[in-house]
Amino acid sequence: MSADALAAPYPDTAGHFGRFGGRFVPEALVAALDELDGAWRTAMADESFRGEFAALLRDYAGTPSLLYPAERLSAKLGARVLLKREDLNHTGAHKVRNVLGQALLTKRMGKRRVIAETGAGQHGVASATAAALFDLECVVYMGEVDTERQALNVARMRMLGATVVPVTTGSRTLKDAMNEAMRDWVANVDETHYLIGTAAGPHPFPAMVRDFVRGIGDEARQQCLDQIGRLPDAVAACVGGGSNALGIFHAFVGDADVRLYGFEAGGDGVETGKHAASITGGSTGVLHGTRTYVLQDADGQTVESHSISAGLDYPGVGPEHAWLHDSGRATYTPVTDTEAMAAFELLCRTEGIIPAIESAHALAGAVQIAPKLAAELGREPVILINLSGRGDKDVHTAGEYFGILDKEQ
Amino acid sequence: MSRIGVAFDKARADGRAVLVGCMPAGFPTVEGSIAAMTAMVEAGVDVIEVEIPYSDPVMDGPVIQKASDIALAGGVRTADALRIIEAVAATGAPVVTMTYWNPVERYGVDAFARDLAAAGGTGLITPDLIPDEAQEWLAASDAHGLDRTFLVSPSSTDQRLAMTVQHCRGFVYATAVMGVTGARARTSDAAPILVSRTREVTDLPVGVGLGVGTGAQAATVAGYADGVIVGSALVRCVLDAPDRAAGLTALRTLSAELADGVRNPTR
Ligand SMILES: Cc1ncc(COP(=O)(O)O)c(C=O)c1O
Repeated sequence: MSADALAAPYPDTAGHFGRFGGRFVPEALVAALDELDGAWRTAMADESFRGEFAALLRDYAGTPSLLYPAERLSAKLGARVLLKREDLNHTGAHKVRNVLGQALLTKRMGKRRVIAETGAGQHGVASATAAALFDLECVVYMGEVDTERQALNVARMRMLGATVVPVTTGSRTLKDAMNEAMRDWVANVDETHYLIGTAAGPHPFPAMVRDFVRGIGDEARQQCLDQIGRLPDAVAACVGGGSNALGIFHAFVGDADVRLYGFEAGGDGVETGKHAASITGGSTGVLHGTRTYVLQDADGQTVESHSISAGLDYPGVGPEHAWLHDSGRATYTPVTDTEAMAAFELLCRTEGIIPAIESAHALAGAVQIAPKLAAELGREPVILINLSGRGDKDVHTAGEYFGILDKEQ
Repeated sequence: MSRIGVAFDKARADGRAVLVGCMPAGFPTVEGSIAAMTAMVEAGVDVIEVEIPYSDPVMDGPVIQKASDIALAGGVRTADALRIIEAVAATGAPVVTMTYWNPVERYGVDAFARDLAAAGGTGLITPDLIPDEAQEWLAASDAHGLDRTFLVSPSSTDQRLAMTVQHCRGFVYATAVMGVTGARARTSDAAPILVSRTREVTDLPVGVGLGVGTGAQAATVAGYADGVIVGSALVRCVLDAPDRAAGLTALRTLSAELADGVRNPTR
């Protein structure tokens, strides 16, 4: 990595990314967060942990994921598009990397129970999977609204032996599931690890989760060099809490010529107020243990987010993204439901790949930046897109959206 | 000395613990919450803890969550909470405010401290702000003469306990159990240990909260702590009542029972 200032060791030891991050938690959790911080730092410096993690990622999760030159999509976009195929990972998304890392840590800390929050259900499924593999008790909190729109994933988690708790408070979506998981954690912290599913939450979660998923970018950077002999002009990812985006960005932060683009869920459009674009449409605040950009009203009450994608439907964002935004190193732009679904269809039809609706936001963003980059560079740009997950879980939502379900379905 | 400190001193001189009763601002309505808190004062609650309702109260159990949701659905705002604090402070009882951090940060930390002091509030209990992140609040509370109550927990290390109480002013809040607010059948075994650990590092009064709901439990906690903090059980009086008058009656009855408890400590 280059000597770029941004590549300095961030966050600081207390988890601050500039003015963002930190720990805004009940004192009861501080001891557990310190324990986790210590366990994570020790583990990352330990060859045997790193070896075990690498072996799991390779033999169990199926990584390194492929870097696929999507030629028909490239022709449509007027850009050379490389897809980082995280959709091919075991359990269908990048999330498996994070849960395997955290499950290994859970074992090392001698805890026997994990809890998780989930929106789309992808992180819940990944957590239930890791819990089964590591013989840990697993409880997944999921907003009641999400249990309805992601029923298939609820069934998956139960098959894997997890207990799914529908959360009926507040807006009954991801943020409320996270509140409930925090409450569980405060009460059971001795024996329980809270397996947060994205690069958000109190320190050390944002930095730790980034470390566990950074393989996405490390692999992609090398694959780019191997396959096309150069780095991409731009890297594109969708941003919910921000794990897949940080995972692919991190390796490129020091490469000043590589533009980083995060695409937030614009829902019906940021101007309508019905969206989940925390950076574009939010303001600085404290949510779920960290200072970051938050969707909130004038009194600091969290405002409900809206997105067709359950995995992006969150009114906050990881603090490192807030900081990358403020520093100008990465650019964050909203993509509407309509734009995302058009890109969803485009990938299905051009490449025979059904993406997660989350990932379709990154594709839609790439559609928008391709002509601008081409004009700016005066040549065909190379765009690396993180295809963070597959669309199996979204077939119902997409089928309804496109009106292609038979009546009785 | 702060007004909270005076209340603790006075109770100590009487050989009893202070009773702190908590109610969310604006629950069930702005006027309703003023009436409820006034009734609590009249029935023997020494200190009123006004909780500013927040959309994501991670330290609160189902009862206070529900009451906060009702208050927010009724449109209560931070400015209303300050008005409520002013009205309750006018009864003469010291009023301490409990708030999650984001509403304060959004209001502006110094502006909030200024307006809280002007409303007659004594200070803040901050369930999700630890001293490590509190630089702005330390400065603002100094500037406006407000108390700072940070939480200590059974899981706090000795080092953190010492650091935390050093930043407290007024009183220290000891969370009796590892968990969220809500009345519990049994009082905690961890609480007396935490209180004595806290006393080893500070002369400030120590209040114990989480899980206290009956006169007998108040008497038990009064046996080892300087303050007994009751929330969910009082809120439930209003939540479960068929009408406002019944709610106020239930609230008076429980307040009196708790006031009796703190005067007859089990030792
Ligand atoms: C496939 C996929 N991509 C992206 C996300 C969004 O999360 P993050 O922003 O942490 O990558 C999710 C969340 O569920 C997901 O399932």
